[in-house]
Amino acid sequence: MKKTIITVVGKDTVGIIAKVCTYLAANQVNVEDISQTIVQGYFNMMMIVDTSRSSKPFGEMVQDLDTLGNEIGVKIRCQHEDIFIKMHRI
Amino acid sequence: MITLFEVNETNKMIEQEKLDVRTITMGISLLDCCDSDLDTLNQKIYDKITRVARDLVSTGREIELEYGIPIVNKRISVTPIALVGGQACTCPEDFVTIARTLDRAARDTQVNFLGGYSALVSKGMTKADRNLIHSIPAALASTERVCSSVNIGSTRTGINMDAVKLMGEIVKETAEATKENGSLGCAKLVVFCNAPDDNPFMAGAFHGVTEADAVINVGVSGPGVVKHALESVRGENFEVLCETVKKTAFKVTRVGQLVAQEASERLGVPFGIVDLSLAPTPAVGDSVAGILEEMGLESTGAPGTTAALALLNDQVKKGGVMASSFVGGLSGAFIPVSEDQGMIDAVNRGALTIEKLEAMTCVCSVGLDMIAIPGDTPATTIAGIIADEAAIGMVNQKTTAVRLIPVIGKDIGDTVEFGGLLGHAPIQPVNRFGCADFINRGGRIPAPIHSFRN
Repeated sequence: MKKTIITVVGKDTVGIIAKVCTYLAANQVNVEDISQTIVQGYFNMMMIVDTSRSSKPFGEMVQDLDTLGNEIGVKIRCQHEDIFIKMHRI
Repeated sequence: MITLFEVNETNKMIEQEKLDVRTITMGISLLDCCDSDLDTLNQKIYDKITRVARDLVSTGREIELEYGIPIVNKRISVTPIALVGGQACTCPEDFVTIARTLDRAARDTQVNFLGGYSALVSKGMTKADRNLIHSIPAALASTERVCSSVNIGSTRTGINMDAVKLMGEIVKETAEATKENGSLGCAKLVVFCNAPDDNPFMAGAFHGVTEADAVINVGVSGPGVVKHALESVRGENFEVLCETVKKTAFKVTRVGQLVAQEASERLGVPFGIVDLSLAPTPAVGDSVAGILEEMGLESTGAPGTTAALALLNDQVKKGGVMASSFVGGLSGAFIPVSEDQGMIDAVNRGALTIEKLEAMTCVCSVGLDMIAIPGDTPATTIAGIIADEAAIGMVNQKTTAVRLIPVIGKDIGDTVEFGGLLGHAPIQPVNRFGCADFINRGGRIPAPIHSFRN
């Protein structure tokens, strides 16, 4: 099953991970891995998630997360992992 | 496992360096639409295009959303119409009805351009070819999305100078027919030598007769990504420079390959090729000229420009070939003037002339592209420029093309605005010495000696 990569980039604030994870849990999306750094006050997170049990169409999830990002004041992207694997792995 | 660093690198390319897939182009064969009745032919063409390409645009949008990569254009190319319409069309006006049908099909499938209003006349012209060519000015003036191309020569056949002469006149007539819009019709008309059958880029795309019934071809882009990569190797030697271009081209092309495979699978249409071209846009930071200047030229057009472009073109191919299972189309760097802000700036500061652009076309993937010239340039001079480019293509066994826009009512010092991806261009001076007696000879230039390879 194709994995999905969610990235969150923006100014650090309280509750970013909580809000993203709440949304994912509500939509039956399982988080498999999280890596995160904060550089000069900028929050930078990558999650590897499995959306196979979610009934939400992928396109809608992309848009929901984008909207959620706008509310929190960060940029959230949700992409199939293939684009990264193709580009960085032979 | 993919790392945060790699994910950020890809997303930075997309967000800040304007990495995109320039076009998904669906090639559709119209050979099975041939009919002796014009109305039936038009209906068959409309039905086939709208049936086969029904889901093209929506599928493109789905892929964009799921991978987070912009796919700028979704387009269609069809079998050269001179071949399809030969039976039904007895005059140029008959062909114009097909152009209108193609325009309607393009609008209804929501693609922004449809290519293939074309004739392949590298050795001779049939009556249908001649009628189609004569219909081009009216066809382009009365349609919005149709693109036209004519192949007037090849390494194997030589150059059809009758067609070259005719195309000089047709370019002028097209300019005149669309003079209310800055002679925009000429931006949708390309004259080729060695035209490829599987080019996904407009205005020269057509679906060659050697192709399958339908096929998906993808054109990648990414001048901004290459320029940004080169910023990190300023002052390094050519080995480092070339390696950097090659690695970047590999990454860019992998995205194209992914999109091509996905589109092909979802649409149930075979994957044709990925075209490795670096295609600029008028947006700041998406410029091939910008790459050349990053390599160390004060301005594009300065001495060293041809060498810089040659190495760029070669390294893009070397990086891209391994990234894709099938490579084709034009594959190289594009050097249009109006569609590249860096080229426009170079012309405006007096660094880049048509003659230098002609030299550059010897080492890159296409030819004199999107160059605005004075509206009073004689048809024979335009034909002379076409012949020069065709000779470069014929002798060097490469594709060359001419897309000149003689802007009616404008002269050197003026600027013409086309809008959108087509950009804007300063009117460039053309050599004022004539070549009418040469062009008016008629006949063919024979194939060069090195074309006899059997």
